[in-house]
Formats: sequence, structure tokens, C-alpha cells
Amino acid sequence: MDLTPQHDLRAWRATALLLFVVGLCACRGDKSPPAGDSRPPAAATTAAAVAEAPGDSAIKAQPPAVSNAAEAKKYAGSKLKYYSEPVGVGAELDRVMIKQFQQDTGVEVTIIPRPKDATETYAVYQRLFQAQSGDVDVLMLDVIWPGAFAQNLVDLNEKLGEAAKQHIESIVRNNTVDGKLVAMPWFTDFGLLYHRTDLLEKYGYKKPPETWDELEQMAKKIQDGERASNPNFLGFVWQGKAYEGLTCNALEWIASHGGGAIIDDGKITVNNPGAQKALARAKGWVGSISSAGVTSYEEEDARNTFQGGNAAFMRNWPYAYAAGNAEKSPIKGKFGAGPLPHEPGQKSAGTVGGWQLAVSKFSPNKDAAIELVRYMTSPEAQKFRATAGSFIPTIPSVQQDPEVVKSLPFLANAKDITLVPRPSNSTGARYNEASIAFFQGVSQVLQGKEPKEVLGQVEQRITRALR
Amino acid sequence: MSTPENPEATSAAPRAASASFEKRRQRRAWLFLLPTLVVVAFVALYPLAETFYLSFTNARLGTGEPARFVGVQNYVDLAQDSYFHDAVLLTVFFTVVTVLSELTLGLGVALVVNSQFKGRSAVRAAMLIPWAIPTVISAQMWKWMYNDVYGVFNDLLVNRLGVLERNIAFVADPDVSFWAVAVIDIWKTTPFMALLLLAGLQLIPSDLYEAARVDGATALQQFTRITLPLLKPSMLVALIFRTLDALRVFDVFFVMFGNRPDMQTMATYAQQTLVSISNIGYGSAISVALFLIIAVFIMIYLAVFRTEEA
Repeated sequence: MDLTPQHDLRAWRATALLLFVVGLCACRGDKSPPAGDSRPPAAATTAAAVAEAPGDSAIKAQPPAVSNAAEAKKYAGSKLKYYSEPVGVGAELDRVMIKQFQQDTGVEVTIIPRPKDATETYAVYQRLFQAQSGDVDVLMLDVIWPGAFAQNLVDLNEKLGEAAKQHIESIVRNNTVDGKLVAMPWFTDFGLLYHRTDLLEKYGYKKPPETWDELEQMAKKIQDGERASNPNFLGFVWQGKAYEGLTCNALEWIASHGGGAIIDDGKITVNNPGAQKALARAKGWVGSISSAGVTSYEEEDARNTFQGGNAAFMRNWPYAYAAGNAEKSPIKGKFGAGPLPHEPGQKSAGTVGGWQLAVSKFSPNKDAAIELVRYMTSPEAQKFRATAGSFIPTIPSVQQDPEVVKSLPFLANAKDITLVPRPSNSTGARYNEASIAFFQGVSQVLQGKEPKEVLGQVEQRITRALR
Repeated sequence: MSTPENPEATSAAPRAASASFEKRRQRRAWLFLLPTLVVVAFVALYPLAETFYLSFTNARLGTGEPARFVGVQNYVDLAQDSYFHDAVLLTVFFTVVTVLSELTLGLGVALVVNSQFKGRSAVRAAMLIPWAIPTVISAQMWKWMYNDVYGVFNDLLVNRLGVLERNIAFVADPDVSFWAVAVIDIWKTTPFMALLLLAGLQLIPSDLYEAARVDGATALQQFTRITLPLLKPSMLVALIFRTLDALRVFDVFFVMFGNRPDMQTMATYAQQTLVSISNIGYGSAISVALFLIIAVFIMIYLAVFRTEEA
């Protein structure tokens, strides 16, 4: 009963070998998309991962008219590709403002949502620039990237230099590389502590916590009380997933414990007692005042939980303020925002975020692209974005506008916050590698490892990344 | 199934004439094969050789500097890289767990849909649905179902059935997340395993079972003496397929965990190094290591199969 004669066996082996080779090719293909591929590879997997929070609704206010329409109309009919906000209020604001720009100028703009994860966005840009692709004209640039991408961006000094003088000087300086203005400031950001005013009152607290110990006590008491009626209520939510957001969160913990800013004066300082203490504290939150689930949270996950009325405190960026006060939001008018807690004797820290708009050197329509940037970063546009989406303007006079002050009350006590920049100046183009080493280490601590041992490894990895 | 090209078949013919005829035939055969070989060399061998070459350099994107040859430095680093070691262990463990589960479940499913019953073709089509959904989409679906606050599993287990007191963070909790992702993979690829095994089952002549019944063999004896031995070739192919896939698993882990260090597979670690960090040299070394590890597994399978044959 020989059902597998000799040549059949050989056929099987040949098939197996062929499969082997094909598999390896497919395997390599998975990891290195062709350099010319202009689609963001990560967009499909990272965008739209979050369900809408209760109270999210389309922007109703009318965006400002395009004040530079006369100049922009010269380029009517040209086509632009814009790497925009991927999700949330920012994405909606982009949609309505781009619609306005198209109406007023006749320039066609295609909105391409960038990957939600900044680390992935960085990789997409790097590939587009490596390929010298004309498939992107205007792009959002994180505050830590101007140095890394400067050689691929248009110098905006000639056309927008005058407008740039209105903006906060330190941001303009951040965006100026070798005398070239490579990006226009769009909005600025720093970490805030959101608190539920109604719950603080209910549990007998007069004001939000100033130290981390106070935060822990309050969060515990409110959580214990609220769980009687809502078993999934959480004391404190933040961004604990292993991604760029965790770098921002952990930097605030460490800085407010007197542990420095990862790299200080060109030296890697991340492994110190203050940093160890800060991480040990955060490790203690997981599974107590923050559920184990917090280690999979990004900004929108935290906001959904807080805005749904399921958390007492939240660390997030300013955009969550407008979203929480939207018409149908369950927590409308029941929350406030202010500086994050600190250790006694230290100051509150807020990681500096914020995004810029830049024009690619390989854009076929640079002039039209610059006009779009001019509109999007104009005082009128920044005022609209501040009132409709609580994006902090980068123009001081707009920050002081009475309507803006009313929309962003937390700006008033922002003077108490020490703004901590991420170490992109020291790392240059190796920023991603250093940041990944840092947030992966923090993630390991949150999953249960000892801070001291992990921070030693982080120090080694960052040293290797920068060598 | 003897073929006329087989040299043994023509060995009775006069030697000289046969030799030159054979030579001409072989030349023509090579000519016909040439386009295929060129394509294979271009799409398979060239990228492979390029990856090998790059793994000995310090190539990076976006530096503007040309890549330098650094010898085996990347491999020395790899040998000391605890993140890579963790990724290898996790991937191998994941492969063993999922492939064994899929083989067992897939065999069960194949045996069921191989028997005669009403609506069999509808069931065969329906069972392929998990396999037909792109992994990034099904992984995202599962991630939502696993969500610690609004996920359907927690709603079922806590609110409806009352089995658990508190919600579980399936995706975040380090004790649970490995099994959560293994379940997704088993759910998705068991149909594929079943399909390959079903094809193998249909190759087994039914008269063997008739003969066994006449001889008084029990159902269990029929299964262990006829079905299993004759299914071995199909099983080997299915196992090779699945082992290859499982060892280079990427999408489901990437969607579920991103860059989380304790849930990194060899492929997500290579992706992170190649794409997020743009360290092409080191990333290529990881890819080569992945290649060698897969090669070891395939050689083990082939060796086992060969000894079974002998």
C-alpha cells in the first residue's frame, strides 16, 4: 500500500522548499515597504481605534474666512496633500477649516490623516523624504522634529517671516534651524491634571491635589465611594501604553520628583533616585487608583473614560477641555483643569508638546502650500481653534483675547507649571530611538519590574542609541 | 503516475541517441525555466542577499551618511540584546501553543466536515470566515471586545453571567495578554488548518475503510491505523505553513500591543528597528536571525518526516 511513491515525496520536498523561500520573501516584504510607497503604512492599524466619547459632536461654529484669499486665489486649481490630525476634535477642525479654504481660494486640498501614533508618523515622514516624494505638501510637525527634518523642509522666512514675529519667540526659535524657519507654530501643549469639581465637593475636598500623595489619597477615597454604584470607576487615568505619550507622562512624573529630564546638559541622567521614586510611585497606581487597563491607554482612551464620568482625575493635553465641555458631554461644567501634582519642595511639571505646520521641499505646489499654512496659523484661525477646540494659540495676543481666556481658564494658573521639553536637542535624529528606549523601560516598570534595574538598562540603551 | 521525462523510463533505448536527445531536452527545459528563475532571483534571492549584506553595515535612513561595513558588530549586539532574547522566547512559545492547538482543533473540524450530513457545504463555507477577514481588522475587533471598560467579554462575564467580580484588562494585564492574543490567532487560523487537513482526508480511498470494517476494526482503530498515517503528508505541509506564519507573526501583536516590550515578537521587534528607528543595519541582522530560526524549524520538520519515511 504505497500511496507516496518516491517522486511524490520529492514533489513534497520541493513544495516545502518553495514555500520556505516564498515565506521568507513575504516576511521581508512585511517589514520594509518600498521607499516610494506614499500611503502611511500604519494608518490602517492605528487610526480610528477609539470609539467616540459621549458628547462628541460636529463643530458647529463657523471657521474664519480666509484673509489671504486674494493671494491664495492665484493658485486656484492646484492640488495639495495635507497630513492632518487623525482623530478627535482636531480632525473635525481640520475638516471644516480645509473646506473653508477650498471655498474661498479654489485650491483643492486632500486631507490625509497621519498615523495616530507620533512614532509612526515620524517613520512615515522619514520614508516620504527619503524617497523625495511629491505626495505630501503640507504636514503636521511635532515640536521635537524640526531639527530632524529641517533639510527636507521649505524655508518659510521669506513669505511668512513677518507673520512669525507675532508668535511666541521660544517656539519660533525651536522651529528655526541654521537660520531657516522650517515650520510655523500652530498650537502649543503641556500636560494638565483634570479633576471632577462635583466629586471633590461630594467627598469634602476644597481644591484639587497639589502633591502626588494628596492625589493618591483623594483618588482612592473617591474611587472607593463611587464603586458602590459604578464598579468600574477609576481614581486616576493617564496614558500608559508603550508609545510617545508615555514618554511625555513619565517625564512629568520624573521632573516633578526632582529627577531631571532624561538628558540634562548633554549627559544621560535618567537613572537617579528621583526618577526611581517617581516610577515606583506610578507602578503603584496600576491596579489600585488606575486599573490594569491604563497600560493600554492613549489620550483618547483616557478622555473617553473621564468624559464618560468613569474617573475622578485625568492627565491629558488641553484639547480635552473643550471636548469635555461639549453640549452633550455628561461632565459638562463639572470639571476643571490645572497643574499636575508634584513632590513637596518640587514644582509642577508639564511636558511641552505642540504641533507646527511645515511645507515639504519636494512639494510641486510650494506657493499654494505656504498660503494654506498662512491661513491655518493666522490669528483668526488660532482664535477659532482655541474657542472651538481648546488648542492653545502660539500668538500671545490671541492668548489674551477675552473669548480665548474664557475658553481656556487653565491658562491663568499655567505660570506655576515648569515646562519640560523632551530631549530632542541632545538626541537630534536619534530622538525616536532614545524615546522608545525610555518608554519601553517605563512600560516594563508598569508591568511589574523594578525601577532601579530597568532604568540602568534604559541608560545603556540610550547611550548605545546616541553613540 | 510515471512521467515520460523520467530518465529511468527511457533507459532501455539506445544509449548514444538517448544521451544527445536528453541533452537537447534538458537545454530546452532550462530555456523554458529561465524566465521563472530570473523572477525568483529578482524577488527572492536579491532581497535576501541585500538583507544579509546590510546586516554587516551600520546603514540608517535619514542620516545623509553612506553606510559603513562594521563586520559582525550587529550580531554581537544582538547576542547581548535582552529585548531580542525575550522576543525570540515569546515567539517560539506562541508558535508552539498556537500551532498545536490549531492542529488539534483543525483535525476535529476537518473530521466533522468530512462526514456526510445535511448542509455540509454551507458549513464548509462558513467555517472559512475567520480566515477570510484581514488580520488587522479582526485584531481590532477583538481588541474592542476585550476592552476593559466597554468590551463585550467583560459585560458578559461580569454583568450577565456574574462569573467575575471585576472587569479584566485582557489587553493590558501581563498575566492575561499572552493568552488573549493566542486565542485570536487560534480562532483565525484553525479554519485554514482544517481546510488543508480536509483536502488530505479526501485523498484517502474509502475502500480502505470498507476493508477495515469487514475485518472488524473499531472506529478508533480505523482512525489510528488508517486516517492518521495517511494524513501525515498533509499534516506536514499544514504544520510547515502554520509554523512559518506563527514564527513571523506581526499584525495581531502590533494592533494589540504596539511597542509594548514584554509583548514583542521577532517580527514586531524587527519592524520597530527598521521602521520606527530606521536602523537598517541592526534591523537587517534581526531579520537574518529570524530567517535562521525559521530555517532550523523547517529542517527539524523535514528530518522528522524523512525518518518516518525510512
